[in-house]
Amino acid sequence: MKKRLFALGLALLMVAACLAACGDSSSSQADQPASTGSSPESTGAAIKIGGTGPLTGGAAIYGNAAKNGAQIAVDEINALGGLQFELRYEDDVHDPEKAVTAYNTLKDWGMQAFLGSVTSKPAVATSTEANNDHIFFLTPSASSTDVLGGVENPLTETVEIPRKDNIFQMCFVDPNQGSASAQYIYDQKLGEKVAVIYKNDDVYSTGIYNSFASKAQELGIQVVSATTFTDDTSTDFSVQIADAKDNGADLVFLPMYYEAASMILIQADSVGYKPQWFGVDGMDGILTLDGFDTSLAEGVMLLTPFNADSDDEATSKFVSTYKEQFGDVPNQFAADAYDCVWSIYNAIKDEEIAADISASDLCDKLIAKFTSADFSYNGLTGENMTWDETGAVSKSPKGMVIQDGVYVGLD
Amino acid sequence: MKRLIIRKKARKNFITYGVVILSYIVLMAVIGAGSMPSALQGLLVPMCAYIVAALSLNLTVGVLGELSLGHAGFMSVGAFSGATAAMALADSGLPSWGRMILALIVGAVLAAAAGVIVGVPVLRLQGDYLAIVTLAFGEIIKTVVTNLYIGKNPSGLRFGFLNPDIGLGKGGMMLVNGPNGISGIQKISTLTSGFVIIIICLIIIFNLVDSRTGRAIMALRDNRIAAESVGINATKYKLMAFVISAAMAGAAGALYALSQNTVTANKFDFNTSILILVFVVLGGLGNMLGSIVAATVLYILPETWLRQFSDYRMLIYAVVLILMMLVTNSQKVRTLIGKLLPRKKASGKEGAADA
Repeated sequence: MKKRLFALGLALLMVAACLAACGDSSSSQADQPASTGSSPESTGAAIKIGGTGPLTGGAAIYGNAAKNGAQIAVDEINALGGLQFELRYEDDVHDPEKAVTAYNTLKDWGMQAFLGSVTSKPAVATSTEANNDHIFFLTPSASSTDVLGGVENPLTETVEIPRKDNIFQMCFVDPNQGSASAQYIYDQKLGEKVAVIYKNDDVYSTGIYNSFASKAQELGIQVVSATTFTDDTSTDFSVQIADAKDNGADLVFLPMYYEAASMILIQADSVGYKPQWFGVDGMDGILTLDGFDTSLAEGVMLLTPFNADSDDEATSKFVSTYKEQFGDVPNQFAADAYDCVWSIYNAIKDEEIAADISASDLCDKLIAKFTSADFSYNGLTGENMTWDETGAVSKSPKGMVIQDGVYVGLD
Repeated sequence: MKRLIIRKKARKNFITYGVVILSYIVLMAVIGAGSMPSALQGLLVPMCAYIVAALSLNLTVGVLGELSLGHAGFMSVGAFSGATAAMALADSGLPSWGRMILALIVGAVLAAAAGVIVGVPVLRLQGDYLAIVTLAFGEIIKTVVTNLYIGKNPSGLRFGFLNPDIGLGKGGMMLVNGPNGISGIQKISTLTSGFVIIIICLIIIFNLVDSRTGRAIMALRDNRIAAESVGINATKYKLMAFVISAAMAGAAGALYALSQNTVTANKFDFNTSILILVFVVLGGLGNMLGSIVAATVLYILPETWLRQFSDYRMLIYAVVLILMMLVTNSQKVRTLIGKLLPRKKASGKEGAADA
């Protein structure tokens, strides 16, 4: 019996030690400055800004871009003196469950304002948490309407997810991208017959497709082929490409992230199909993909709010700093995150704010400022951006075309 | 001698119950004292769900001796049916614990039904067929749920496939929205409910294993031909164990879904099935306490303590997995531990006497 008790004691000790170790480390981590992104001169008397994003895994390019972009903004702000910021990003591997843990880790750290999650699905989960805790949430790139809440489902005319009043977006919502793309194709007369390939197990892709399809119908754009793929079938597109080709589509709309789009471009090229390609902001990043022959992306059009080749002074400064620090050309996600940090700074710089303000008080101030009529922000991804109670940003997309391996603005 | 074996087993079961109950008391005390970081606190209910899933898979792999590679599929059935039931009853005036219990029952029953559908043809076969079919089952469920639309309106539930327009009309509400999955779930599962379900699963498994049925199941695992020669109906007993396992996985799925804000079909993919299998294998086949400890450690570790290694987190996780595998299987390490613990010698003798 003694032996049993001994075994029982050992087992308990193990469980307890494990849980205690976990507990200790996350709380002690909270006290020390974050390894991933606190600026060297921060003295602790800084507003703590957190964010989650996929820093590892398949979508890592977005998370890291947003993290780097936000870091540049924080460094610039801290160099101004005055109000100081401290940034920490946690990895969520593009998984809502892990994103909530990442969010809770940031909460334990003492986060006062939240840059949300970089991708949509995790952001739906973290925005609900941030709403419950009343922490200000401004996401650079999570574009689903479920993130904001309060948007009517067009099929039922009911608001299924109530508006989360402290959640704001820096990017376009998905329906806006879809209808803006349809409008752009229609206005510029880019194609007679349009094919769409979209990813039907993805919130982002289906959201854009649905609004594109309804807008296209309204404008009388002829959609001759609409084919789908999923995560598991995102390597072979021969069926979808053949369908678009057989139906004589002269423009193919690709509302998806760039990895899948690059496969489509490669496979279409191998069967000699050369329609006009049209993408959305997820296409941004295709030129920096390892091992991708950028000549295949020649002539691809996409709608994105950010142009790294712009002559604009702020943009060129940002791009050169980014290149210097991280080695490549920033994409739209980096610019959005940069704008997020700066807009939060602009919203609170004129007010007397102590660095130890509670997250809830800061949230009230920021909501009031962001929704007030006289607040607007000029950044890399748009001029005179404003927000209203719905949380969506109002700014206009820029059309881009890839020429000689770089993005060139369309007018 | 037989009594000694039974007493030994009963004591082992008692230890498992004791560890679970004591851990629960300790956790509640720490939460009550307010000294638990919220990152860890948020992991506890999903952890219970993974423990239940690991226990259920251990019944299939450890006790029945069949390999299931699609256990996440049963979790998915339970998660989506359970969460749909809980959300459909949101305005019914039932208290949240009542809705949660109903959701768990709905999840378990539907997952059991799926278990019957998969099990009836496949468990008649011999060899690795169950592994292959459950693997396919997991993928099929994922694709089906990705294209499934369920909504409710005042007249009841409406179902649709592929097309989101399921005729809800004005005032309807989408519950399962295809690739978007379920969003806006009320988090109604609690740590207490999670622990109660773990205890219920342990009671079911231990009583099954110690029963006449359980001995028949284990006889089939050890030698099917010998078992059939003494008149054991192989399909019946295998199906029994497999369906119970599927029902528990369904309950685990429902518990999991009700601890999240949003659940999508992609969550329950092949990787999740393998993750649960890893819990079971590293905890020891047929060892329930081992499954519980392995699920706890391997679920909590990468999300909390390993976060300090940021980008190298999953690399270190892999090293931890390999180390656990080597250490628990190495005869040298076992002998070393045996030497360090003087009591271990006595246990060896006792084991020899039992045999």
